[in-house]
Amino acid sequence: MDLINKAIQWLLAPAQWEGSGGLQTLLGQHLLFTVVTVAIAGLIAIPAGWAIGHTGKGREIAVGAAGIARAVPSFGLLILLVLIFGVLHKPEAAVLTFVLLAIPSLLAGAYTGFEAIDRKTIDAARAMGMTEWQILFKVEIPLGLPLLVGGIRSAVLQVVATVTIAAYVNLGGLGLPIITGLNLRRFDMVLGGALMVAVLALLLDVIFALAQKLAVPAGVGGVKKKMPGKVALANEADKDTNKSPGYLKSNEKEMS
Amino acid sequence: MIEFENVSKHYVDGTMAVENFSLTIPARKTTVFVGSSGCGKTTLLRMINRMVDPSSGSIRIDEQEISTKPAVALRRSIGYVMQNSGLLPHFTVAENIATVPRLEGQSRKSSRVRALELMETVGLPASMADRYPHQLSGGQQQRVGVARGLASDPNILLMDEPFGAVDPIVRAELQQELIRLQQELDKTIVFVTHDIDEAFLLGDQVVILAAGAQKLQVGSPSEIIEDPANDFVASFIGTDRGARALSVKHTPHGRVLVDSQGRTQGRLIEDGSSS
Repeated sequence: MDLINKAIQWLLAPAQWEGSGGLQTLLGQHLLFTVVTVAIAGLIAIPAGWAIGHTGKGREIAVGAAGIARAVPSFGLLILLVLIFGVLHKPEAAVLTFVLLAIPSLLAGAYTGFEAIDRKTIDAARAMGMTEWQILFKVEIPLGLPLLVGGIRSAVLQVVATVTIAAYVNLGGLGLPIITGLNLRRFDMVLGGALMVAVLALLLDVIFALAQKLAVPAGVGGVKKKMPGKVALANEADKDTNKSPGYLKSNEKEMS
Repeated sequence: MIEFENVSKHYVDGTMAVENFSLTIPARKTTVFVGSSGCGKTTLLRMINRMVDPSSGSIRIDEQEISTKPAVALRRSIGYVMQNSGLLPHFTVAENIATVPRLEGQSRKSSRVRALELMETVGLPASMADRYPHQLSGGQQQRVGVARGLASDPNILLMDEPFGAVDPIVRAELQQELIRLQQELDKTIVFVTHDIDEAFLLGDQVVILAAGAQKLQVGSPSEIIEDPANDFVASFIGTDRGARALSVKHTPHGRVLVDSQGRTQGRLIEDGSSS
């Protein structure tokens, strides 16, 4: 308890919020890394996931690749990439690490969103004379959106928790007080940094939970008599998103 | 008029869905494909709007070979009504009905007017226009499906077991509605069902199919009941049982017709006039 009080005192001390190395700068760096990474990963994974979902092809490859990407330890990869790219390209190495981390969730969100749509709905759209692009934009993307936002939510949470390691290679972010504190044996600083990351992750989770609700198209929100498959899959995806805060919590414990 | 000529469809795994099928479907009449599941009747139907392309043979609509037409344009010119309505869950009733006119570039306004007009045609109150499909009963959804099939005023309407998923009372009501609509609209309807009673009720021409889309008998309901082609057809349509196996019973008040269970089904008014 004492440690938590000290950590909070450390967080609230005006000195932490001053100057170029203040917490507001670290927070900005942390968010920038997260946004840039998820955006790049999204540009790659979302169209790819939609292509898989629309054509039904390449699913096994995607699942396999996503599995491998999930199994790669981010910290090891970051160090490896910094060594390969050279110290002048540390930001690129970090962004690539986090992009690889974000891709599996985004990919899964994009294609499970399509797979959850009743095949009959798509068949009817095609039989009415929609082109493949019209099916994509008028039917599949709107109906697949809630699960895609779920995937984004999951990716953002994983990345926001993992960007903490960027400080190990001197790129700043909220990992900096954690690492500096460990070296200085200043555990109030370590816990303060960890608390910041945790609060940030929880805030983002709440924002994306709301976005996920808003992403449900009108007409689909009510009783889903016609789409039992969709409900089941949505629950599965929820489970998936819930993993991230858990993962974050265990991290936090380790660090304190 | 729709013509099938020596049409076959086989899949890569070797299954023959349709084998050497030929048939002429007359214009402005209702033709019903009836058979047990897996006999290829839905495949035949979906060949007409190129949802399935035949492996060999040709299909012509009004003398024109359909494989030469772009599939998307062909599908927009043909109405399609499916089981469970296949409505887009995120479109309102009016938007669902107006899908094809909107795809064809009609304005939001004029296609809505058309949608409201069609809702009246199929017996839906205009107040439902802005509801979503899940807020409607099964029968109402099916009416929306029919209205959507009619939206571009197609000459041909394909119906794939459209009333298969609604309860018997609603089904009877929808069948009567379809008969009424057909009297008004005079479309070429191709209807798929596994229910022989539905086939005889709605069909001008009934095609009884067995596995591989093999034609067992083609004819009007009267022709088929009066002269079933073989024992299988006779048993499939049930001439040996129920309300189709009638016998005359003499009563003090005249002759009546009784079914195979001995229940009186009707009175024989005039002897022999039907021949």
